[in-house]
Amino acid sequence: MPIALKIFLSALLINNIILMRFIGLCPYIGMSTDVKQSIGMGFAVTFVMVLASTATWTLYNLVLYPLGLEFLQILVFILIIASLVQLVEFYLKKAAPALYMSMGIYLPLITTNCAILAVTFDNISYGHSFFQSIVYSVGVALGFMLAMVLLAGLRTRVRTSAIPAFLRGNPILFVLSSLVAVSFMGFAGLIK
Amino acid sequence: MKRSTAVFLQGLVIENPLAIIMIGLCSALAVTTSVANGIGMSLAMTFVIVASEFIISLFRKLIPESVRIPIFIIIIAAFTTMVDLVMKAYFPDLSQAMGVFIPLIVVNCIIMGRVEAFASKETVPHAVLDALGMGLGYTWVLVGMSVVRELLGNGTILGIQILPESFQPILFFVLPPGGFLVFSLFISLNLFLKKKWLESPLGCPDPEGGN
Repeated sequence: MPIALKIFLSALLINNIILMRFIGLCPYIGMSTDVKQSIGMGFAVTFVMVLASTATWTLYNLVLYPLGLEFLQILVFILIIASLVQLVEFYLKKAAPALYMSMGIYLPLITTNCAILAVTFDNISYGHSFFQSIVYSVGVALGFMLAMVLLAGLRTRVRTSAIPAFLRGNPILFVLSSLVAVSFMGFAGLIK
Repeated sequence: MKRSTAVFLQGLVIENPLAIIMIGLCSALAVTTSVANGIGMSLAMTFVIVASEFIISLFRKLIPESVRIPIFIIIIAAFTTMVDLVMKAYFPDLSQAMGVFIPLIVVNCIIMGRVEAFASKETVPHAVLDALGMGLGYTWVLVGMSVVRELLGNGTILGIQILPESFQPILFFVLPPGGFLVFSLFISLNLFLKKKWLESPLGCPDPEGGN
């Protein structure tokens, strides 16, 4: 199996960022009330994640690493992501108002989404090449969308079911996630 | 009840950042596979939130309204970097075990939320008390979860064998699905405690007046 495909599948299924690594849980719980919204959020995350990975990878390998400034990684990455999201928002508002209307509301939320920051750190600590870091970020983002869509679908079912009183409200969401996560563990043997 | 007591207490149960407000969940679920990790993460998190709320409350009159968010982020990121480097230097094993979750404190919504909603408007003592309360609320859930998960998933607490050798560890609890399940039970427990708390004489009106 080519290495890029391995990275992609591992990010999408085996090490699913939400179900297996618990990163990005806030939007996962907060924004998954219906399937359509989850898909919108998923695309916005994909877009920002790829953009953030390219920008931070380039900056780290061309500026921070050669100058020995690796310890500034956290500070620099979060600032890049925040300003990037802001720029994208301005650009979309002006250039593609229709897209902005459908995606724009998710963008500010994404700045503080730990999934984005985690992926940029992963790219550095796993030693990905430029191309691999793009593949990895697409895989992670699609995995994020998959988990959100699954939960959104389950939530619409749960609304009309009889749930034990002590699990009503938020606790049941985590029981559902637990069950989905169990099924995702089945993917563990996918890659040798 | 004095306001400062109320400010301190509300983070424990009534406004528990993890179980009630449901923010900053990532680290809580990921690192609670062992008690040592749970304690380490709680300490790191409490330090960053107390330090950030202190500094931001101290300078709240100097920070311009329009650029406050980037300033908050830089302050939080500075403290997170300190914790990250200290842990790497003195507790390399712990730092290795928690991996990416220490740097991720910087985007932990609990800190950003409290700084924005509380520290940027309140006096320094109140901000520090609020941070301590939130930190403790975070800590008890994290330590509680890690005790349950390590005990059932590994038969140990802090690496010391507690359950008899004949006990077959339930691996489920240290795997990711177990984290979700244990957390759902902790939310349930916290909702129960909140209900009891509000019924008891301790139940105080929200110090911010509303709700």
